[in-house]
Amino acid sequence: MNDQAIPVEGSIGIRGPALRISGVTKRFGTLVANEDVSFTLNAGQVVALLGENGAGKTTLMNILFGHYVADSGHIEVNGASLASGSPQAALRAGIGMVHQHFALANNLTVAENIIIGTEPLFLPWHRPKAKDRILEIAQRYGLAVDPDALVRDISVGERQRVEIVKALYRNVRILVMDEPTAVLTPQEAEGLFATLRNLVTNGVAVIFISHKLREVMSVADKIVVMRQGKVVAERFVSETSREELAELMVGRKVVFPDRKPTSVGDPVLRLDGIVLRQAGNRPKILDGVNLEVRQHEILGVAGISGNGQAALADIACGVLVPSEGLIHLSGQPVQSNPSEFVKRGVARIPEDRHTTGLIPDMSVWENVVAERYRSGDFAIAGLQRIGAARKYAELVIDQFDVRGAAPNTSARQLSGGNMQKLILGRSLLQNPVMIIATQPTRGLDIGAVAYVHRKLLEARDRGAGVLLISEDLDELFSLSDRIAVMFRGTLSNPMRTEEVSLKELGLKMAGQSSTRGR
Amino acid sequence: MRLEKRDVSPPLVRLTAPVLAVLTSLLICSSLIKAAGAPVLWAYWTMLVGAVGSLNALSETLTRATPLIFTGLAVAVAFRARIWNIGAEGQLYAGALATVLVAADGGRVAAMVPHWALPVIAAAAAFVAGAALLLGPVVLKVKLGVDEVVTTLLSNFVMLLFVSFLLDGPFKDPMSMGWPQTPPVDSAVSLRHLLGGATRLHAGFLFALLSAAFLWLFNVRSVWGYEMRAVGYSRSGARFAGMPVTSVLLRVALLSGGIAGLAGFNEIAGVKGYLTLDMSPGFGYSGIVVAMLAQLHPVAVVASAIFVAAIFVGADAMSRAVAVPNYIADVMVSVSLLTMLVAMMLTRYRICHE
Repeated sequence: MNDQAIPVEGSIGIRGPALRISGVTKRFGTLVANEDVSFTLNAGQVVALLGENGAGKTTLMNILFGHYVADSGHIEVNGASLASGSPQAALRAGIGMVHQHFALANNLTVAENIIIGTEPLFLPWHRPKAKDRILEIAQRYGLAVDPDALVRDISVGERQRVEIVKALYRNVRILVMDEPTAVLTPQEAEGLFATLRNLVTNGVAVIFISHKLREVMSVADKIVVMRQGKVVAERFVSETSREELAELMVGRKVVFPDRKPTSVGDPVLRLDGIVLRQAGNRPKILDGVNLEVRQHEILGVAGISGNGQAALADIACGVLVPSEGLIHLSGQPVQSNPSEFVKRGVARIPEDRHTTGLIPDMSVWENVVAERYRSGDFAIAGLQRIGAARKYAELVIDQFDVRGAAPNTSARQLSGGNMQKLILGRSLLQNPVMIIATQPTRGLDIGAVAYVHRKLLEARDRGAGVLLISEDLDELFSLSDRIAVMFRGTLSNPMRTEEVSLKELGLKMAGQSSTRGR
Repeated sequence: MRLEKRDVSPPLVRLTAPVLAVLTSLLICSSLIKAAGAPVLWAYWTMLVGAVGSLNALSETLTRATPLIFTGLAVAVAFRARIWNIGAEGQLYAGALATVLVAADGGRVAAMVPHWALPVIAAAAAFVAGAALLLGPVVLKVKLGVDEVVTTLLSNFVMLLFVSFLLDGPFKDPMSMGWPQTPPVDSAVSLRHLLGGATRLHAGFLFALLSAAFLWLFNVRSVWGYEMRAVGYSRSGARFAGMPVTSVLLRVALLSGGIAGLAGFNEIAGVKGYLTLDMSPGFGYSGIVVAMLAQLHPVAVVASAIFVAAIFVGADAMSRAVAVPNYIADVMVSVSLLTMLVAMMLTRYRICHE
């Protein structure tokens, strides 16, 4: 891929950079979101903007699009200065963005979605001309889209192509892709990378925002690493490695734990024929899910979001009652009730720390007892044992290294990583027999990710069973002993991680069995 | 200029904010007093004297504060759990109605139970009646998602019209010379007056203080209070933790409606002795203001209820002394609510200059 891009870059490089960002600084109160950020982007180049949550990528893009005004510094597009604070100016300069969450109307056709806002809606005779242009763009850049299809009928990968065509239709020459692979299968991601290659050979410049090292290495020409608002390094792909990028991104060496082989024990969690119906005639959310997690085992559940993982997690946590099916814990049937699950030794790490895992407006001590506030440890005769709760909070803070927290601190003040440590601590200190972890590292910085991984593996080595539902394939591959895939409410048979290929997993995530897919 | 969220509100800011809010509202209202042609300082002075300047004035203010404490507590309890109970007025009348039903002079209950038990039974009946009136809207909310702001607000009018029907029909006192009012309640239910003489302050005030203290302790110490707070802050968080969200909300409804019902009992047994349609000059609605001024804290409700009552009582005195219409009281209470909301925002946010 690289040897293809370099000559193009060289030939267009004569014209000077498509985009030059120089010395951009932006402060919010005492927080410095961007500090003296500079980099250039040439036409025909994919530049990856790599950084963790809060590294300043989004702020920088908001400045580029004129949503924020930089405190200092300036931006040039094709040698001309870009007016600051004006989204119209950014559009006129040919800067466009494809957001992580698509902005498409499901009930309109692809063509209508593309032309909406640019062509007069009430002059239908413009339509054929517009359609011709869409087809021409699609052909020139190798973007397969069907202008007459309804958006609700097309796949996620195709929707993303529609978004890209929409940008090109508006004469975008600098395309910003914000975490574009979050919703794609590995195959679709490969397709996207090929598309981006095609775009840049045709002279479009691409900014690719991501925190995933693997895809950054495979799509970008140049990688700009941001940390705490600053550009800490600029590397060409050919001269760097994933390890170096990880270290640059975090600012120190991160050691990820290794999964050592163990022999599995007795089944801890068993789901039999779990069905979850929706009201009316809509399709079932879960359609006969069976799974078994044994001691000393991490069972990973992969899948594109929205295929029933959230419901599966809620059912496995006891929050949701399935329409049909049985749940067994350690061989005994169990009622769908969170307190009952907790009492039976289930540790639950939910997907959303802010709205379900914790009650941010309550204090740390109130949060650490939330799952067991009625147990004798923390309540007596209808009154809370506040002293005991505070002690437990101190224990969690101490054992799980929750920074910046005291028992009385409100949970809202903690960072994402420390919130997650609090949730881990309150449940893992109970020596659970079963852990249900849903997206346990989403939005965490790499250090916290490694910490969560270590804790999950420790629990597994100690003998707990772990159900790990995640959309991060790297996470699934490095932690799981077996992996199953969710697709439209059904769960595939788990395969041993060693025997799964990324390709096979991707096909299953897209709903094709590996034999039919070929 | 921009607002920026504070991580922590300093305690000093939290305590001075309400005081500054009240002072600001007095400042704003002084322009109205000026416009009415009265000397501002003198007007406020007569107001202060009228509210707390004599034993009689103080007694009036506290008497007036008593139902406001109850309705304020009722609203605070519900709002804490994010149930927007706008129906305290109706619940108050439900409680009052239950009181006159149970404790009717010469009624069956009064004949059956010992004298000392009658007020207890009447208060319990008032609690149940108020609770029942709020239970309906909250059941509709948790089961069908019906907005309780609408249903509780409308329940006020339903209750008032129902009482009006009873006062002109089955419960009309034949000895009332045609006025729409119920017969008086049994004297055994009357609450003892506290200060003697012609003052009207009654034991209901102490009862209100005890209720506030009890609710505060209940809130911070009990398992049920913990559940109510958790459910108020985050329904989804509470549900995930395994709290029975629906029954917690129903419990909150019973408690809130019940306390508002006690306000009705209190007015019948402590002040009026019989039920009329003008018994409450909007105590239920003022309870919302009282609760908001108190930032939903049960103990602060006592202070804010006394403050609101003092403004109403004081404004009457002021209107007599300097001819400023006593509607100024409504304006002052409303303005202080607005300044309070601004002050609360400033405790949570700070202003930054770009």
